Amino acid sequence: MLRIVRVIIATVVFALVTLLFFDFTGTMSGVAGWIPKIQFLPAVLALNLLVVAILVVLTLVCGRIYCSVICPLGIFQDVVSWLHGKFKKNRFAYKPEMKVVRYGFLILFVATLLLGFGSIAGIIEPYSAFGRIMSNIFQPLYILGNNALADVAEKNDSVMFYHVDLWWIKSLAVFIIAVATFLIVSLIAWIGGRLYCNTVCPVGTMLGFLSRFAWLKPVIDADKCNKCGLCARNCKSQCINFKEHEIDYSRCVACMDCIGKCHKNAISFSHPKKTQKDEAENVDTSKRAFIATAVTLASASVSETQAKKVDGGLAVVEDKVAPTRKTAITPAGSVSAKNVQQHCTACQLCITACPNGVLRPSTDIETFMQPQMSYERGYCRPECTRCADACPVGAIKPITVEEKSSTQIGHAVWIKKNCIPLTDGVECGNCARHCPSGAIMMVPSDEKDETSLKIPAIDTEVCIGCGACENLCPARPFSAIYVEGHEVHRTI
Amino acid sequence: MAQKINRRRFLKLFGAGSAVLTASLYGCDNKAQKTVMKEKAPGDVPTDKMTYRVNPKTKDKISILGYGMMRLPNIEQKESKDGKPTESVIDQEQVNRLVKYALDHGVNYFDTSPAYCKGHSEEATGIALKASGYDRSKYFVATKLSNFSPDTWSREAGIKMYHDSMKYLQVDYIDYLLLHAVGGGGMENFNKRYMDNGMLDFLVAEREAGRIKNLGFSYHGDIEVFDYLLANHDKYKWDFVQIQLNYVDWLHAKETNPRNTNAEYLYNELKKRNIPAIIMEPLLGGRLSKLPDHVVARLKQRRPEDSVASWAFRYAGHHDRVLTVLSGMTYMEHLQDNLCTFSPLVDLTPDDLDFLEETAKLIVSYPTVQCNDCKYCMPCPYGIDIPAIFVHYNKCVNEGNVPKDARDPNYAKARKAFLVGYDRAVAKVRQADHCIGCGQCAPHCPQNINIPEELHRIDGFIDRLKQGIL
Repeated sequence: MLRIVRVIIATVVFALVTLLFFDFTGTMSGVAGWIPKIQFLPAVLALNLLVVAILVVLTLVCGRIYCSVICPLGIFQDVVSWLHGKFKKNRFAYKPEMKVVRYGFLILFVATLLLGFGSIAGIIEPYSAFGRIMSNIFQPLYILGNNALADVAEKNDSVMFYHVDLWWIKSLAVFIIAVATFLIVSLIAWIGGRLYCNTVCPVGTMLGFLSRFAWLKPVIDADKCNKCGLCARNCKSQCINFKEHEIDYSRCVACMDCIGKCHKNAISFSHPKKTQKDEAENVDTSKRAFIATAVTLASASVSETQAKKVDGGLAVVEDKVAPTRKTAITPAGSVSAKNVQQHCTACQLCITACPNGVLRPSTDIETFMQPQMSYERGYCRPECTRCADACPVGAIKPITVEEKSSTQIGHAVWIKKNCIPLTDGVECGNCARHCPSGAIMMVPSDEKDETSLKIPAIDTEVCIGCGACENLCPARPFSAIYVEGHEVHRTI
Repeated sequence: MAQKINRRRFLKLFGAGSAVLTASLYGCDNKAQKTVMKEKAPGDVPTDKMTYRVNPKTKDKISILGYGMMRLPNIEQKESKDGKPTESVIDQEQVNRLVKYALDHGVNYFDTSPAYCKGHSEEATGIALKASGYDRSKYFVATKLSNFSPDTWSREAGIKMYHDSMKYLQVDYIDYLLLHAVGGGGMENFNKRYMDNGMLDFLVAEREAGRIKNLGFSYHGDIEVFDYLLANHDKYKWDFVQIQLNYVDWLHAKETNPRNTNAEYLYNELKKRNIPAIIMEPLLGGRLSKLPDHVVARLKQRRPEDSVASWAFRYAGHHDRVLTVLSGMTYMEHLQDNLCTFSPLVDLTPDDLDFLEETAKLIVSYPTVQCNDCKYCMPCPYGIDIPAIFVHYNKCVNEGNVPKDARDPNYAKARKAFLVGYDRAVAKVRQADHCIGCGQCAPHCPQNINIPEELHRIDGFIDRLKQGIL
């Protein structure tokens, strides 16, 4: 019975959080946006003390139930392990705790966080690892499916499904990490059930400290037990030492599988007769910084305009190439580059939520895998606050459309040599026409000649750095106007 | 990266493949015409009832339906969403079939130009006429001196274009040769294209030599050029003139665009001088077949079995000095419907004329862009798909999907239909927000649309729609 409840809750949570990472319409964040916010490490990094307190109390009452029904990576491993169980029954056996490995990883995790080598820490953190797997591997598949449906809808003149741009590999380094995480976690789960959670996962180890002292836990009644070992052979945490009637509660994820398996009803989810001291565990709040390899590429090619001789046809439109920015741009709501760096777990949720192709994982050393903005595919639309709505850790804080319109995340810079009125000799002004804050004025290119072709003049005090000018600039592949980020956002 | 592109291309090919399949299964894939064409079964098209008009000079009998070779069917190669165009090619097999069918049903006038269909129309027309098996004397070929680009303004380039036309059309004489779209760019451009280089004199000499049977011009734009050419009729002896005429432009051309001239004036000027008229844009590029629902209902109520388009064709044919009415028929269903309309032409009654004038007033009250999708403006040097944007906008106007206000009762539905349809109709990098307003397109527009201004207006509307601040 308890197992069924666990499975139902886990299924619902997993389905919701998965859809949250798949969704590109912004509708899921209202339904499932709370799930990332109750994840342990995101709550810690967001300094969401209420959630942390609730999770601590939950663990102290019911054990590591968090790992079974809230952690999406944990549920994912249960699915893999369950699939293996379909082929091979009773495949587990009790194994003693791998203390050295387990605490080694925890120490390494905390140390890397404190020392600022957070990229290693971020890689093993379960929620963001799950996010990277979803956003890098499965969301593209979901979009592929959506686009197939959109093609069908288009043929039937329906607007039920619409095409969205598929951007498969936003960053090669992050993609490789996501694939590697997916393969390794799946393999470990296939072989050893919850082995990852009980050896590598720092959240699992931290909650393990608490769950030893949980009020309710699976308890073996030595009088009823006939030592058949069925519970231990079905324990994916491999933590039931049936011979001694002992369970390693620091590794037990309260999945309730053993309770149902026991023919003698010898296991119950209850308070053990022998009481134990409760002890609270410190949780760490720390800053983050990241290291990694950086990949940059730039290519230049000559753009040519097509001469008009015959009717019809389309001129080639070259893809835009991102300029080299001295300061990276972070989304409105993120307050400062430092705030993102300190709070972001690189779960990629904001990146999957961005409908304009603006956010992508950073490949810079200090901010590896964290969100960064660039405007080759679109620009930060004034009506959109989806990344801020999505962020569970407060790296991008909630922001209203009005606040966003007065938040300066960067400023535009003009590149004379690319500007179309000067290179092609035609009128343009597309940047000024689309600037939502009216920061661009068109002025004569020849100061002595009022009728000369006009070039943009940027009022950087008013510019908010949304990138409309950069994205809509006709100069290709490099725009004649681009945005430099601000380390600390300002309000105008 | 390579994987991404392959996948996308695969999807596109797969999509295009199934589109072609659907088209071939259902015969007609043209959404706009779908409703119009359903009524008539192909078996009903008569082969011997075509109405003919007589050319007063040559005494040739010209079919009142002329085949415009500007909107030939393409083998659809839809461009990918990231803006990389793939070359679309004319579906020659289909063109051959259409031309043969037209000839079999009495059509004998074929109008092309060196500029049409990205420059491939003449060649396709020549091949199809040859393949039809009809004798050269059984059909009439019209083509044009389409020297729009300044680098074709020299005498040599003009003569080369004329000779190339004969080569591509596989003919040794041309029945109808036109100075193409005079009026665009005013007298200045006209002089550069035909007078300063002596091209008009050359063409007149060619007519005397018998290699051009009839010499005329097609007119759009600046009325000064039209008046000048007619004033010099005694000198050049125009055998025909091609004008834009339909039941909206008869009296309302100026209303929709003050720079245009009413067809009533153009036609009467020709009639005064006994010059036969050839009619282009009888359907305004299909706009007079894609009408708002209640206008469609009005026309259908009067003649339930006739297509919406048939009204426009009958109107054009109603004028007795009209030699032929051109229609750019892309699909067999267009051709069949038009053949039915003109085999034979049922003349309009005075009542019908009043009725159409009332309809025209209704139509001009709709805020559609006067774009006929002729693609003369294309290619835009900055990659904008100008006609696709206007076509989408007009479609939404007619379907009531251009909300005026967020409080409109169907606002949410209309907004989604407009925005989703927009992304489908036009690749993102070719949308109106990328128009820089350089204005290079505007002089090419035969409808005199201020294209940049219209694009910016539509872009502004779309941006407000996206932001939800309408």
